[in-house]
Amino acid sequence: MNINTERDGGALVIKTEGRIDGSNASDFQGSVEAEISAEDKSLILDFEQLDYISSAGLRVILLIAKDLQQKGIKFAICSLSTLVREVFMISGFDQIIEVYDDPAAASSAWQG
Amino acid sequence: MVKLKESYKILVVDDEPDVEPLILQRMRRAIRRGRYEFVFAHNGIDALEKLNKCQNIDMVLSDINMPQMDGLTLLEQIPKVDPNIRSVIISAYGDMENIRTAMNRGAFDFVTKPLDFDDLQHTIDRTLKHMIEWREALASRDKLIVLQNELTVANKMQRSILPTRFPKDINYEIWANMEPARDVGGDFYDFFKLEDGRVGIAIADVSDKGVPAALFMMSSRTLLKGTAIGLEDPSKVMEDVNNLLNEDNEAGLFVTVIYAVYCPDEGILNYANGGHNPPLIVHSDGSSTMLPYIGGVALGVMPDLSYPGSSINLAPGDTLVLYTDGVTEAMNADQEEFGNDRFQDIFKGAPPKNSKEANQRIFEAVHDFAGDTVQSDDITCLTLFRKEPDN
Repeated sequence: MNINTERDGGALVIKTEGRIDGSNASDFQGSVEAEISAEDKSLILDFEQLDYISSAGLRVILLIAKDLQQKGIKFAICSLSTLVREVFMISGFDQIIEVYDDPAAASSAWQG
Repeated sequence: MVKLKESYKILVVDDEPDVEPLILQRMRRAIRRGRYEFVFAHNGIDALEKLNKCQNIDMVLSDINMPQMDGLTLLEQIPKVDPNIRSVIISAYGDMENIRTAMNRGAFDFVTKPLDFDDLQHTIDRTLKHMIEWREALASRDKLIVLQNELTVANKMQRSILPTRFPKDINYEIWANMEPARDVGGDFYDFFKLEDGRVGIAIADVSDKGVPAALFMMSSRTLLKGTAIGLEDPSKVMEDVNNLLNEDNEAGLFVTVIYAVYCPDEGILNYANGGHNPPLIVHSDGSSTMLPYIGGVALGVMPDLSYPGSSINLAPGDTLVLYTDGVTEAMNADQEEFGNDRFQDIFKGAPPKNSKEANQRIFEAVHDFAGDTVQSDDITCLTLFRKEPDN
């Protein structure tokens, strides 16, 4: 599973592509958790290049969100395609996870 | 997992008295390093006694022509002692007939006389390597069998809790079916009688697959039914079940659920949706309506959530369709999804006449679309048909 990491100010931005499903969900979780360092104040998952997410994928998003909440790190997802947005909407996950149009919108929401 | 040994025990069987000192001398380095340990026997009968006595022999290196019991007869006897022992035969150079017989009787390899000790060492190493891999394969096979049994049990548990006797009522009919994917999944449906002739209906899909998902499904189903029988309001049922599922959920599993209460007299359906695909209503003219999102998060995600309820009216001849994403996300060979449009097109111009027909036509349409593409998710569908009033 390909992930791409950037640090923008205090925010860790992780981009991913393709699919997150039963075959790679736990790999994805492992790669994301490995990127988080003690200094990070917030994590933004950028899903611009993500084509599909299954319920197994939603589950690891939930695990990541719970883990970050315990560590006091802010968490958001952004740049969802129509299909991925629909998955978050139907499952109601958009009500419990912060969703933004792009990484900048997440950062400014947290600063404001 | 097979533990790799540091040292291997080799039984050498030869009636010539000078073989033992020769091997000990030429293999002394490997012996000193503790890689090999040699045991010697002078004929087949002697060899079998030693095999029975020291039970940890890994490999046999045997001559063919020996008094009392020859090497070819010994070869037939070895698997009876331990089928995992590998044998190498020492034959006269060019004695293809005996070599062929030996190989047919299960010898792994052969070396020829006069012994070339470099070649012998090579052959021993290769034989031991093969034996180690064989034992590892056996160990993983055993593990796989255990795992497969577990999956079969989980699969049976999953199927056995789904009701298959459908209610016959003068006002309505229910039909339901689940086709599990090869992995144990977590879809389920349920229906049960409530007070005053009302009926509770549910469809659900647990995140992820495998044994943990199947177990989570079992507890979800039990909690849902148990809670639903005591409470009238679907929103309240979902709220309670959600809190119960959140009590002990380290694995982060969740379940999307629609729970509905149907009142057959008026054709009224009250329901709440916890993160599940919205219900479809097929009308008596074959047109259909996908019900709007009403909010509600999947159950088990976090406690203390509320679940907005909604109410709709089924007209006589209408069919309520509850389904899991195994229906709408079924893939064909071109990696296309079945999708909502094809789903709604099934009944266009050809409305179903009862709940069984509606259900079967949905499965048929998905099968026709998917063709030979391997099913990756459980496909589950529950249909409720409101009958026309009897004349």
